[in-house]
Amino acid sequence: MPSLSHYLLLAAVLFGIGVYGVLSRRNVIAVLMSVELMLNAVNINFIAVMKFVPSDRHVGQVFALFVIVVAAAEVAVGLALIIAMYRHKKSVNLNDFNLLKW
Amino acid sequence: MSLNLLVFLLIAAVTLGAAAGVVAFKNIIHSALALILTFLGVAALYFQLDAGFIGMVQILVYAGAVSVLFVFAVMLVMDRDAEETNLANPRTRWAAAAAALLLTGGLGTAIWSSKWTNSPGLVNEDEVRQLAGLLLGDYVVAFETAAILLLIAVVGAIILAKGAGE
Repeated sequence: MPSLSHYLLLAAVLFGIGVYGVLSRRNVIAVLMSVELMLNAVNINFIAVMKFVPSDRHVGQVFALFVIVVAAAEVAVGLALIIAMYRHKKSVNLNDFNLLKW
Repeated sequence: MSLNLLVFLLIAAVTLGAAAGVVAFKNIIHSALALILTFLGVAALYFQLDAGFIGMVQILVYAGAVSVLFVFAVMLVMDRDAEETNLANPRTRWAAAAAALLLTGGLGTAIWSSKWTNSPGLVNEDEVRQLAGLLLGDYVVAFETAAILLLIAVVGAIILAKGAGE
């Protein structure tokens, strides 16, 4: 049986990949995808800790469920925002969205 | 090496490989497909952790709905050759890699050097019943808030995507 540290290490690496994607990609949709990777890493932590730390209640699953709900809402609004931005700028390149920079 | 550990390593390799593909592919459509594979790998991890309900939710919501949303958005905003739609920003690329490596290394050493309780809890037969009791009992306010949040998000997404004027 893999131990808790196996799962936590896997989640840490997944989170790191997400961080790299958020910081390095130029396409806005790719950044949103990387955010999803990070949220998934957090959910793995919730479920793994719920499994390995003794408790009589399944609170970890409830939290993971709420994270999934909020992530779904975030993706819907985020992609709608991207489509709205694309209509104005005709671009999804992050370097083109520097209106607030001086 | 036990079979359980072998299965875990296999799932982990597929999940991390697909996740690396999400940030490494130059074609954003390939990234979206790798993202679906990552979601399925995470769902398999949930199944291995005896969290069947969350695993099914993961497949339905992430591998089903969210990835379809991503694919639709990619096709709506793609206006050039697909081969170079997902390039790295040359100015931030190495700093991003350094930051991610630093974070993962720090987290990894912290996890590896910590002492964890390593006794997996008992498999709970009626986990869905327990989950329902929690969701509609102690956490009913958060549950209803999540419902309102989803409704507002859907309405907001429609208005944002169509434009408020129409």
